[in-house]
Amino acid sequence: MSSATMTAPREQKRHSLILWAGLVLVGLHIAIALLTFVWLPYDPTAMAGGRLEGPSLLHWLGTDRLGRDLLTQMMIGSRIALIVGIGAVAIGAAIGVTLGLLAAFASKWLDDALAATLDILIAFPTLLIAMLVVAASDTANLWSAIIALGIALSAIVARLTRILAKRVLVMDYITAARTSGSSWPKIVAIHILPNIWPTLSVNFALQFGLAVIAEASLSYLGLGAPPPNASWGRVLQEAQGTVYTAPLGAIAPGIALVSLAIGVNLLADGLRDTIDPTRRAR
Amino acid sequence: MTLVRVDHVSFGYTANRRILDDVSLDIAAGDTIGLVGESGSGKTTLLRLLLGLTRPDSGSITFDGKPLDPGNGAFMRTFRRQAQVVFQDPYSSLDPRQTIRSIIAEPLRSLKIPGDHAKQVGDALEAVGLERDVGTRFPHQFSGGQRQRIAIARAIVPGPRLLLADEAVSALDLTTRIRIVDLLAGLSKSMSLLFVSHDIGVVAALCRRIVILEKGRVVETGDTASVLANPKHPYTQRLLASVPRLSLNEVSS
Repeated sequence: MSSATMTAPREQKRHSLILWAGLVLVGLHIAIALLTFVWLPYDPTAMAGGRLEGPSLLHWLGTDRLGRDLLTQMMIGSRIALIVGIGAVAIGAAIGVTLGLLAAFASKWLDDALAATLDILIAFPTLLIAMLVVAASDTANLWSAIIALGIALSAIVARLTRILAKRVLVMDYITAARTSGSSWPKIVAIHILPNIWPTLSVNFALQFGLAVIAEASLSYLGLGAPPPNASWGRVLQEAQGTVYTAPLGAIAPGIALVSLAIGVNLLADGLRDTIDPTRRAR
Repeated sequence: MTLVRVDHVSFGYTANRRILDDVSLDIAAGDTIGLVGESGSGKTTLLRLLLGLTRPDSGSITFDGKPLDPGNGAFMRTFRRQAQVVFQDPYSSLDPRQTIRSIIAEPLRSLKIPGDHAKQVGDALEAVGLERDVGTRFPHQFSGGQRQRIAIARAIVPGPRLLLADEAVSALDLTTRIRIVDLLAGLSKSMSLLFVSHDIGVVAALCRRIVILEKGRVVETGDTASVLANPKHPYTQRLLASVPRLSLNEVSS
């Protein structure tokens, strides 16, 4: 007891540091994304200056090969990345958690069939599945990319949910809940989801990062959002030809992607540790 | 008066291996029965049948004269109120993410038992020897023995007539075990108790009657004192023979 209370404050301090770092990084992206709805430095589709200008007071990140302001493109990219990340994870989580719980409760043969299907789906790279879905929907736009990524991610979420739920289902407190008269839906809501949530939420953060990067890849391949939706992947693709003369066009989307992905992961870790009662001080 | 009647019950997870084979057993109101047998003898399976979590393959179980039918929702609601269980592992039987208050109140909420739940939870905590105000804390803040008290509080809060204890003291250290046995002995004055154990010493101290289970069959049953004084079945004799050796070792070491 005493040793636990002695180490607890330091542990908590570390947890809140992680949480704050995550909040700041993600908050920054959200603030920029919200700002784009009311104000942008320049019209994202218009020529705002000379071609491939370096950073200046007028163009903080310079201009691209068509003379468009790079900072404007990056800001719009933030908005798109957040929409894609949140949308894809929401779809992936909804489908994945439902399928995973279904498998955990299913009879043995149905569970085996679902597990085998999920394993096969997971064997394909996320991006490949997303490309197939986009190709099948025959119009490439932002929403088709989000749905495609959501479906691709759902297999990973479903498999994890299934394993976690099975682990909780054998616990005596589930049997105790049944002998206490709780119905299965109630048991799922009160006992199973709260107990698998910490692991799931960290996984969702990971998926968020994956989705944002995968969307950049889809855009890079021309399967993502069409212009004027300047996603980071498109900025990267357009800067590719001029990467030696104007490297900022390639570096900026990279930094933005990494900072958002890291921010979301820190935020999820921090939230999990703050909410988890077993990690609180005694 | 008979509270529970188990009538020629058989159960097997697979067709050719019987977990329970033609088991008959009566639990009278207010009785304390020790169900003794080695691991794999079918004790826990019998308990699951008695709780209505599984149906027997053949035979019948009646509670208070009515058939125990897991499909009969109205009956099960009154049954759940009257039959509760305490498990062996105090670390697995309490949801780590719920406060003690909400763990103990779960039967009250789910069975829609009227009254002041906060007061009922406090009374149950007091009845098992814990402070009324521990309700806001979480399971990980308690020791194994305290957790078992919390599990017992959850079991007695709806006011059951039958308490099933599945190896409820086996995972506890010796001194804690004695305290929990004392607690159960006190509770058994106001309800029937079926105490499942492989520890014949604890059963001798706690239970008026004993039922010996071997490989899914009831091999001997009767008053604890007379069965232990004069065991008829070879299996009971073997079980008993292992007890003095253990206590001798404890004395000499």
